[in-house]
Amino acid sequence: MATTQLKDPPISKRLAKNIKRNFIERVIEIILMFSALTAVFITLGIVYILVSEAAGFFKDVSVYEFLTSRQWSPLFEDAHYGILPLVSGTLTTSFIALGIAVPIGTIAAIYLSEFASHKARETVKPILELLVGVPTVVFGYFALLFVTPILQKIIPDLPTFNMLGAGIVMGIMIIPYIASVAEDAMRAVPMQMREGSYAMGATKFQTAIRVVTPAATSGIIAAYILGISRAVGETMVVAIAAGQQPTLTFNPLEGAATITAYIVQVAMGDLPHGSLGYQSIFAAGMVLFVLTFLFNILGHMARKRFAERY
Amino acid sequence: MMKENMSNSEESLIKPKTLEEVRAMIKSHKRNDFIFSSIGLLTIIFALLTLLILFVDLVMDGYPKLNYEFFTDFPSRRAAHAGILSAWVGSSLIMLVTFVTAVPMGVATGVYLEEYAPKNWFTDIIEINVTNLAGVPSIIYGLLALGLFVYTFHLGQTIVTAGLTLGLLMLPIVIVSTREAIRSIPVAIREAAYAVGATKWQVMLHHVIQYSFGGILTGIIIGMARALGETAPIITVGALTFIAFLPPAPLTSVPPFISFEWLQSGFTVLPIQMFSWLSRPEHAFHINAAAAGAVIIMLTLLMNGTAIWLRYRIRKNIKW
Repeated sequence: MATTQLKDPPISKRLAKNIKRNFIERVIEIILMFSALTAVFITLGIVYILVSEAAGFFKDVSVYEFLTSRQWSPLFEDAHYGILPLVSGTLTTSFIALGIAVPIGTIAAIYLSEFASHKARETVKPILELLVGVPTVVFGYFALLFVTPILQKIIPDLPTFNMLGAGIVMGIMIIPYIASVAEDAMRAVPMQMREGSYAMGATKFQTAIRVVTPAATSGIIAAYILGISRAVGETMVVAIAAGQQPTLTFNPLEGAATITAYIVQVAMGDLPHGSLGYQSIFAAGMVLFVLTFLFNILGHMARKRFAERY
Repeated sequence: MMKENMSNSEESLIKPKTLEEVRAMIKSHKRNDFIFSSIGLLTIIFALLTLLILFVDLVMDGYPKLNYEFFTDFPSRRAAHAGILSAWVGSSLIMLVTFVTAVPMGVATGVYLEEYAPKNWFTDIIEINVTNLAGVPSIIYGLLALGLFVYTFHLGQTIVTAGLTLGLLMLPIVIVSTREAIRSIPVAIREAAYAVGATKWQVMLHHVIQYSFGGILTGIIIGMARALGETAPIITVGALTFIAFLPPAPLTSVPPFISFEWLQSGFTVLPIQMFSWLSRPEHAFHINAAAAGAVIIMLTLLMNGTAIWLRYRIRKNIKW
């Protein structure tokens, strides 16, 4: 470019270069746009695969049976196709997990955001982020071989595979996530609001509970919803520790398969492509996708609200 | 506690009190403050301690197996001779495929959304998709890969399928971190480059992407760490749990020196190896699982730690 300016070639030549330049720029923009479109294609791909495979499933199984039958045994001689047992397993483990993660995560977030010294926060926050990245299969190990044996000492007739242990470990796993997202929401509340509250003579606790928390509500709710979505979609912990037997029960002391555990169980075996058992994992996956999709949209909306508030 | 405190102070606002009562009120509020900050501190210590105990327990369980042979042995029916050779080789090769797919595409998408995309419904749709993909459970990606890569594109249950699957999974992480990194670069830098006649792509390639490289790298490392530990989608794609061979070597002694046969090979990865040992009833295999788990944890903590340290350094050294 510099040489063209020095030598000053005829205008026609410069224009020719411009055309080439513009063309390249255009091509690059189109390439970039197509790679951005990949995200859309992935979503479409997910929906297409789930719907088309599940459609094969619903050819043989009525939607009514799928939603109301109380048994799920697609691989047995006496096959039943009711999703409810898998949903009950998913809900029970998620409920236990959230019962642990929501209170602890919230308290930890409030403490970190409002009470902890700058140094403590700068130390704990990276640790939380580090813990969010620990692979879930490792947590499955903890659930099966550490937490369940301890629980068995307290509750003697607890089976080896139970939803309680899996749920507790899942809760521990989600704590850093909820704490981290909720803390971000609380840090986003402007300092003036806290200062106003202190100026009125409020203590730190009063400010935290009555000024900061309400102001950050939508962000905190977003953290909860994203936590729920993680719990519902969590696979390895429940596949390892919650058992593989689909049972319609909400009793955490029993073992039961979740939607995700069922998919893993079927995928581990070698089912022929196109069989009803093979299609059943896509039907189960569709339920899971719809559930988490709803939670993600809710969480996204809640997040957006808290971003626009101030 | 919160409710009690509320009614307490509401009363006190309504009817002012004597000096003693005010002092008592202040005292009780300060006590609440102290109580909560103790609870908060204890909660955090409790949560972190629990996780620490779990990790220490895992490392102690697996410690006897963590020797040189563990890394150079194939899996075996006898727990004492079983190792993770095929697993870590499989993991590395899959990470390679993942890296090659997710990074260029993720960075390109990030650059497009941040710098090129017009503000319209079309861009909105892409953005909503990226946000949503980040929250889709990983096993759904596994189903996508099973239906699409394995049975529609007939790529088989191979390394290339697994790598692509994890690449899709990692994509949103790279996109989001690229966008954040690019956003932090001041407009003045771009304007200066435009002023000396650079085209948009030249500005991107020579300036914006280079200056945001640290931030992008952070996202890549976090994404790779996640892909490394991911188990569920790899199971649905069809990883084998017992592999006593290595994929063909990518480098060969005869020209053209590079072979892509390994892409078509069956595989296993570290988390799958751990899972399959864990689902056996014998205790000896559980020790192997713990050792494999310790390796996985070390790797992911190391990667995530590097990423967080990198981000911290970038924040500290902002030049503009």
